[in-house]
Amino acid sequence: MALDLWSMAFVFLLATFVGFQVIQNVSRLLHTPLMSLTNAISAIAIVGSLIIAGEEKTTLSTVLGTIAVAASVTNIVSGFLITDRMLKMFRERGPRS
Amino acid sequence: MIAEHLTQASYLAAAALFILSLRWLSNPKTARRGVAAGVAGMTAAIAGTLLHPDIVSFKWIAVAIVVGTAIGIPLSRVPLTAVPQRTALSHAFGGLAAGLVGTAKYMLWLQDGQLTAFRTAAIAVEVILGYLTFTGSLMAAGKLQEIIPTRPITYPGQNVVNLGLLAIAVLSSVVLVVRPDLWQFFPVVIVLSLAFGVLLIVPIGGADMPTVISLLNAYAGLSAVAMGFVLENKVLITAGALDGSSGFILSVIMCRAMNRSFTNVLFGAFGQVQAGGSAAEAKAVKSGTPQDAADLLGNAEKVVIVPGYGMAVSQAQHRVREIYDALTKQGIDVKFAIHPVAGRMPGHMNVLLAEAEVPYEALVEMDEINRDLPQTDVVLVVGANDVVNPAARHDTKSPIYGMPIIDADRAKFVIANKRSMNPGFAGIDNELYSADNTLMIFGDAKTVLGEVVKALTGGGGH
Repeated sequence: MALDLWSMAFVFLLATFVGFQVIQNVSRLLHTPLMSLTNAISAIAIVGSLIIAGEEKTTLSTVLGTIAVAASVTNIVSGFLITDRMLKMFRERGPRS
Repeated sequence: MIAEHLTQASYLAAAALFILSLRWLSNPKTARRGVAAGVAGMTAAIAGTLLHPDIVSFKWIAVAIVVGTAIGIPLSRVPLTAVPQRTALSHAFGGLAAGLVGTAKYMLWLQDGQLTAFRTAAIAVEVILGYLTFTGSLMAAGKLQEIIPTRPITYPGQNVVNLGLLAIAVLSSVVLVVRPDLWQFFPVVIVLSLAFGVLLIVPIGGADMPTVISLLNAYAGLSAVAMGFVLENKVLITAGALDGSSGFILSVIMCRAMNRSFTNVLFGAFGQVQAGGSAAEAKAVKSGTPQDAADLLGNAEKVVIVPGYGMAVSQAQHRVREIYDALTKQGIDVKFAIHPVAGRMPGHMNVLLAEAEVPYEALVEMDEINRDLPQTDVVLVVGANDVVNPAARHDTKSPIYGMPIIDADRAKFVIANKRSMNPGFAGIDNELYSADNTLMIFGDAKTVLGEVVKALTGGGGH
């Protein structure tokens, strides 16, 4: 248990450092798509809610889990789609000129 | 046992794909590959989770997926001017999911007697962050959509009340950890966190939204990290940490671009200042017609356009692009000056101009464009206000003193479009408008700029 806690703390630490490195390199041009993409990625919280909704232990936990899955799916679907929609618009010399 | 290994392998792959996804986003050329990597990672992790032996029924999961998709697709098709609201809403959904999973886990473990001190503490963090992000982001979305008044709402002792609520929520969590039998404190934590989220956003005005959205982004990420600690799930910790660090970096960039600190944004209630109402004996401004603007622009060699939230409000980005086209065709050099906090979220102006098919090489950051402005003939300000207010450089009494600005006043001529002479969100007078080399063109940006385009192209008289 104690070891688990520490290995999780290590994962958190390393992922935060990786995050800082990678995100500092993102062009300011793309900060809006960055936010919608990280938002979609953090909807990985779905892995927690899937189990709660699927194990059906109590009525209340199933209801809460189901709402949580729906909220996460909303973020996954809309987050990835809108990020792609925005990124498609960023082009070099536009075709219209 | 094999299923467990498969699940963990899928999580490992997902973590790698998420990091690659953000890496590819560093450049507009590889950015779309980043989305593909993110989708692949998400699919892997979901597939891996569905193998979990504890899942006895897929009925409710299927229902939830259908409902989530049905809400998600329309949300991804909103006009790009509404992207800040959509983003705030998605932070709300992220916070809600974290809060609900924390609540469900607490109740299940309480029932089975499996609550350890560590689990309770992690759940408390998850639930506090999750629910405050939920209501806070809903409030932010409401303000951005202008369902809720966008002006900061303040009252005496506001900060004491807010911090007091948070302190009681934290203390109640400590009680839960020390005395697990006193579960009655758990609903107290939930209610206080929900209330704190609302009250935190009430005093925040429109101009601070870019910072606040970024901060809520960081909270949403951290609530996912806390969920990872609760469920002992490393891919959750990884993805949450990536989201959290992204939100944090963006908040820092936004704060720097306004020369303010986090505490000042959250507890300073920007905009209540109202400059004492003295209104600097209303200096005369020169106002002109779209034709005057077209003449100035058409005779320039170097033009810089400064877009602001006003451009988004009147959806004028396509007219702006037409001005860009007309001038470029005449051999005039046109650039866009993008202030980091222009608009309502980080990168807002870039996305709108990209939508109007302005090539991204023409979008220049503040520091870079400021070097060129003294050699610029005409600056066209479209719905920007505080980010071009020279008071930020020299007026120590101004609430925006010290904020880095785009030095529009250093160009030879300035054309500023505004709906009326009302001060901006921050309620501060802008001396740029009364400067000798400034020509004001009043009216809705879309209409006025449309007439400028007509004068530039149609005019025929040349």
